[in-house]
Order: sequence, then C-alpha cells, then structure tokens
Amino acid sequence: MLQKGDKAPDFTLQAAPGKPLRLSDLHGQNVILAFYPADWSPVCSDQMALYNEMLRFFEKYNAMLLGISVDGVWCHQAFAKDRNLHFNLLSDFEPKGAVSRQYGVYMDGVSQRALFVIDQQRMIQWSYLSPIDQNPGADGILQALESITMTA
Amino acid sequence: MLTPPITSRDHVTGNPQGTVEIVEYGDFQCPYCGEAFGVVRDLLRSADNIKFVFRHFPLAESHEYAMDAAIAAEAAGRQQQFWHMHDALYLHQRQLNDNLFMELARELKLDLDQFEDDMQDNRLVSKVEADFESGVRSGVNGTPTFFINGKRYNGDYRNLLSVVRH
Repeated sequence: MLQKGDKAPDFTLQAAPGKPLRLSDLHGQNVILAFYPADWSPVCSDQMALYNEMLRFFEKYNAMLLGISVDGVWCHQAFAKDRNLHFNLLSDFEPKGAVSRQYGVYMDGVSQRALFVIDQQRMIQWSYLSPIDQNPGADGILQALESITMTA
Repeated sequence: MLTPPITSRDHVTGNPQGTVEIVEYGDFQCPYCGEAFGVVRDLLRSADNIKFVFRHFPLAESHEYAMDAAIAAEAAGRQQQFWHMHDALYLHQRQLNDNLFMELARELKLDLDQFEDDMQDNRLVSKVEADFESGVRSGVNGTPTFFINGKRYNGDYRNLLSVVRH
C-alpha cells in the first residue's frame, strides 16, 4: 500500500457512462481517494453516506472526494442515485482493479477499504487501511487536510 | 476521543453531577437511534450516576427530516424544552413530516410564534452543524455513536446498561 511521501500514480477511470476522469486533470485541488469493496454493502453504504454529508467540509479544504470500487459504471450510477450521493464514484472495472493494484489496495477480487489524501503536487500526504468490516469515519481525512493546509 | 469535551453549550440530562458521562451523537430520523432512545431512557431511569448529553448528527442527505428535526429540538431548547422535544421526536419518529414539528410544539405548549421564528434561525443551523463537525472529529462514523467518559463506545448500544454498571 502506498504511503505518505509516495507519488500518487496518475489514472483515468470512468466516473459515469462515457465520462472519464483523470487524476492529473484535477488542477489546484487536494484529492481524497476512498477505495471500498462494493456498492450496496452495508458498511460501504454507511461510509459513503457519511462522506456525502461531509462534502462541504472537504470543500473548505479545497478537496475533492472520489470513491473507487471495482463495480461497473451502471452499478455506480444506480447506487449513487438511490443514496443521493453528490460525488463521483469511479469504476476500477477494466482491467479489473488495475488502479487499486497501483495503490496497493487490491485483494480477493475487490478494492480494500483504504483512504488516501493527495495534495496539489500529487504527493500522498496520508493513507489508511481500514479493517474491511469497519467504517473508518472521516476524522483522519480531516486531520490530514488540516496539516496540508497548515504547511501550504 | 470526544472533541470537544462536554461544554456549557451542550444539552445535559440525567444527573448533571453524575460520575459517568455519556454523550450520544444521534439523528432523529435514524431508526437505530429510535431504538437506542428506549435503551437510554431505561438507562437513565435505572441509574442515578449518569450525566447524559445529546449532540446532533443528522444525515440530511439520507434522511429528509433529520435536519429540521434537529433544529426543532434546538428551537424548543430556546424555551427550555429541548429534552421534551427530543423525546417527542423519537416517540413520533415514524410520523415525521413537515407538520409534525408545529404539532409537537403545540403539545409542549411552546410559544408558537417564537418557535416558528427560531425554526428559521440560521444560528440554530450553525449549532447543529457544529455538533456534526465535532462528531466527525471525534470519530463518529454513523448513528447512534456513544462516548462514555470521553471514549468512543464500540459495542452494541443495547448493552450500555451492563457496561455502565460494571
């Protein structure tokens, strides 16, 4: 798993059918990557619902949240619509788990429950691997964003 | 750890001098919080050493009435009826709708004009949001989450009574 101080590998993934999103296109923004095992599963749903409430806090730190799992774009779309999510869910679908592998968080056919906070120079400033059945919350993300803002 | 610790801005019930401090982060529309409400009520009836605090953690994107319900409790709090409104909201959780807040305010014999004004007061929104932010910083990842003497309780809330007794 990539750690603080590692360069964040660039990637392009589908954010919606026909809508690719490239990490290096997100100029001038901090980025939070939230890898998670599966749409619809109980823990993931709680975790994404929590982050959905937190977008305005992330914005304060000029940070964009991206969810990533190996689910397909149509699955993401249905999940996001059902849960009223207002951030992008990226599909690490083909080749399966390629980006999750680059970040060192792919195991047993799914992305692990892992968080990365990436600064504007595309350096990883914080990463965390959560036990797969535990919702990691957001306190670690906020602390990481705070320390980026303080040193910037 | 609970951040910030209990302050004078918090709503306290039970025994204000109690040696066991329990803080709940809750959402009035969350069904698990509704269940936990009964557990907490029993807990406060059977133990006299508990100082109990409620902080708001509305998941407003998931629960349509969660934010308004939190503000209704705060608005009632301006008339010293926070806990009565808190209880009434949980007891009527399944009937939550836009008209319920005024109905409950009427039942609690609140000054309705003031209640209506306070429901629109952005300072109450800010207070609820401050609770939410403190919850995130304290490590709340869903509702309800309890803190016992400042430390997050990770067990099943149905066992709170036995935890507090030991």
